[in-house]
Amino acid sequence: MSGLQVTEQTIKELCDAAALTVELAKKAGADDAEVLVRDGSELTAKVRLGEPELVQEATSRALGLRVLRGGRRAVTYTSDLRREALEALCAETVALADLAEPDEYALPPDPALLAKHIPDLDLYDPRVAEVEASWALREAKNGEAAARRSDPRITNSEGATWSRVLGATAFATSGGFVGGYRGSYASLVVEPLCDDMTDPGNPKKRNGYWWTGSRFLDQLEVAEAVGIEAARRTLATIGSKKVETQECPIVFDPEIARSIVGTVFSVANGSSFWRKSSYLVGREGTAIASPLVTIIDDPLIPRGPGSRPFDGDGLPTRKNMVVDKGVLGPVLCDVYSGRKLGRASTGSAGRGIGGNPGPTTSNLIMEAGTVSREELLRQTDRGLYVTSLMGFGFNPVTGDFSRGAQGFWIEKGELTFPVSEVTIAANFDQILKRIDLVANDLVLRSSTAAPTFRVSHMMLAGTSK
Amino acid sequence: MTTTTLPPTLRAPFSAGGASAIDAQLANRLLSLALDAGGDYADLYFEFRVSADYVLEEEQVRTLGRGITLGLGVRVTKGDATGYAYTEDLAWEKMAHAARTAGQIAAGGGAKPFNVDLQSVPTPQFYAVPQPSLVVPAVDKLALLRAADKAARAFDPRIVKVQVSFAESIKEVLLFTSDGRMATDIQPIMRFGVSAVAEDNGKRQSGSGGGGGRYGMEYFKQAERDAAAHGKEAARVAIAMLDAVDAPAGEMTVVLAPGDSGILLHEAVGHGLEADFNRKQTSNYSGQIGKKVASDLCTVVDDGTIEGSRGAINVDDEGYAGQNNVLIENGVLVGYMHDRLSAKHFGIKPTGNGRRESFRSMPLPRMTNTSLLAGPHGPDEIIKSVKRGVYAKRFSGGQVNISNGDFVFSLSESYLIEDGKLTSPLKGVNLIGNGPDVLRRVDMLGSDYQLSDGIWTCGKDGQSVPVNVGTPTVRISSITVGGTQV
Repeated sequence: MSGLQVTEQTIKELCDAAALTVELAKKAGADDAEVLVRDGSELTAKVRLGEPELVQEATSRALGLRVLRGGRRAVTYTSDLRREALEALCAETVALADLAEPDEYALPPDPALLAKHIPDLDLYDPRVAEVEASWALREAKNGEAAARRSDPRITNSEGATWSRVLGATAFATSGGFVGGYRGSYASLVVEPLCDDMTDPGNPKKRNGYWWTGSRFLDQLEVAEAVGIEAARRTLATIGSKKVETQECPIVFDPEIARSIVGTVFSVANGSSFWRKSSYLVGREGTAIASPLVTIIDDPLIPRGPGSRPFDGDGLPTRKNMVVDKGVLGPVLCDVYSGRKLGRASTGSAGRGIGGNPGPTTSNLIMEAGTVSREELLRQTDRGLYVTSLMGFGFNPVTGDFSRGAQGFWIEKGELTFPVSEVTIAANFDQILKRIDLVANDLVLRSSTAAPTFRVSHMMLAGTSK
Repeated sequence: MTTTTLPPTLRAPFSAGGASAIDAQLANRLLSLALDAGGDYADLYFEFRVSADYVLEEEQVRTLGRGITLGLGVRVTKGDATGYAYTEDLAWEKMAHAARTAGQIAAGGGAKPFNVDLQSVPTPQFYAVPQPSLVVPAVDKLALLRAADKAARAFDPRIVKVQVSFAESIKEVLLFTSDGRMATDIQPIMRFGVSAVAEDNGKRQSGSGGGGGRYGMEYFKQAERDAAAHGKEAARVAIAMLDAVDAPAGEMTVVLAPGDSGILLHEAVGHGLEADFNRKQTSNYSGQIGKKVASDLCTVVDDGTIEGSRGAINVDDEGYAGQNNVLIENGVLVGYMHDRLSAKHFGIKPTGNGRRESFRSMPLPRMTNTSLLAGPHGPDEIIKSVKRGVYAKRFSGGQVNISNGDFVFSLSESYLIEDGKLTSPLKGVNLIGNGPDVLRRVDMLGSDYQLSDGIWTCGKDGQSVPVNVGTPTVRISSITVGGTQV
């Protein structure tokens, strides 16, 4: 299986291909060129009811080219890395750029700002590459079996999936940047199902899940533990019902709290700012959230799921303060959005194979508070503990927020019965300012992470009185 | 579409006469390798896709993009288990490696000599495009972007930002199956989109418009679909929403506008009727065939044969022709949407719903164009019947939990109904309901069926496919509206 290992040699080959394409693009008439090359492999092994359901294995490679010519831009991509194909791609991209209109802000970064040194962030585990399909199937099987064994009410399953991705990224620009790195990631998710006969006239099925994921194989939770937790979360939803429409405190479980933190970024980045598509425009340096809220974006955490040694413009990455004790910091920018706003990049550019760079997050983390989760609940007389949100009900321009929710009813500081088919709504500005308790249970399992927190009140819509 | 209209650069290298032409003999060798470990079925899915996109922002054409995707996906099944592998390189040894890798799912099954007589599947024609947009010079498309931008800005001086995009692609597929079928199709698709931001007295609002489908440039020749009309629509919504008030919270009557509201149907019942969930008994519609699952007024179809529609398919990604399938007839569940695996499980013929995002993914039962058919009521009569409720006009998307049937859908343009009249526009709000409950509460259905202008993309298991939806005006007697005002 060593054929799948991403080696220093692979990275060098990709860097060479990227650098060569930059040269070819310049020869074809580009003022500047930026080339991203990705090489990756995937393995997905899924088991359902104890039997293998899917094994998917493949490797793939792709190259994305961006050409700048007199402020005109074009982006193209291909999976054909033969020299003659790259020459044709360069010629076509230059011709395409000529159809665009010049944009005075579309210039490459100052070469002096490009990353000179690429830190080793320990993002690759060779042991992940050594995993074979049969082993992955066994892990999935163990996870699912543990869920099904743990309670007779687990009658069915959506399955358990063990998967991994391995990849190498290389980037080169006509400004002189060439760099690459490799990464690995493995995960296991278990999704049990149970029957809910609470209302015999209207039987329902209830699902739930739990997962583990890491760049390093030995940091994964044990499969059986994942299965048992998945079963516990699934069974807890039996008997879910609506509650009455009312205004009440809302507590966000870390799994959901992190999506709220992700929403903060969607309105606190340079791209949404210059486009004026954020309700936060003009509010940097002012309080936009409760003083309990501090959010950082840190790309340099060793082994971090969202870590990156350089950004999509070829700039060095750095830790940025997105929200500091409630005060909005300078929003995350790539080079282009920085220029549009008349300021420097924060080293936060992300770039895909077929697109322009734009600000993205790396490890976006809401810092832990001081109270325990138990204490936070204990201080909540009644309200909704949210474990799942549904839908797309957020308008970044106005901040209006309305989403479907599932969770548990809190009564005298205890989780009592499960709740579903309700919505929670408020303006996002109010939601952030009303965060009045933050727990100390932060775990960095995913690239966006948050502890449990409470919003003092939101409108919950459910049944009529 | 007829292949003669395409220049060689838009034809797949694997098509007859191409640089790496794949014929029945080569396909047979690959299928044979795929089944070598003992699999009981295999298919080869060759895909070539050329796409382009154009974005206009701040009154300037900002970015032009183009991409080419080429690859082969190999699937092998053994019972209910699937092995899948793909390659982007059509060199023989790479294709052979993918075939063997996929075949491993059946390891130890024992090979049988394999050779099959591959016969072309007759393919209907639901998107005869006289002039695919990719063939047209880019400047013509840039003119459309400018026309939409101008129309949006001209609509009202309070429009401060406009973004216009156009995306187009042609996908050519070639499919071989170990049960002897061979199918090929060329699938053009395009989507035009406008978003506008309005600003007035420190208040900002946004609106969007757009459409498309499996059309060529002729799409824009119809007055309500020309570029300017889409620009104007985006501006209209943004301006209308400037006056939006806080939405109500709680259960009330909701009237859905015709067309786009089909999103509710897609989420509330569509996904639950995809047969993989029912094969696995994980949907709340499992075992409900022949049972009443909606009010008598409701007849729901999934129709892959609607000419030019975004969800139309001549042939699905398993080589079965697109069909019009009735799912619910007068409130009674009559059928699911199937792929090959689920059709085999239920012992019925495939329904032409086996779709995949690309050669990188295995097919799943998916929707095409899903509609709630027209009913007996006049749309005005429906609105007049409501004392206090919400009129839902435009949507930003939806989501469903298959197992318990809970779904949400998000309104981007809606109005309060007071004493039978539309009054204030409402701020963005979600509706939440339970699929079967909500369909039982459809108590009035309009005679004004409308197919949405094609903008929707459906996601499932990480795979996105283009779909379309349609409905008449619909009255739901009670559903939870997720606003902030009691």
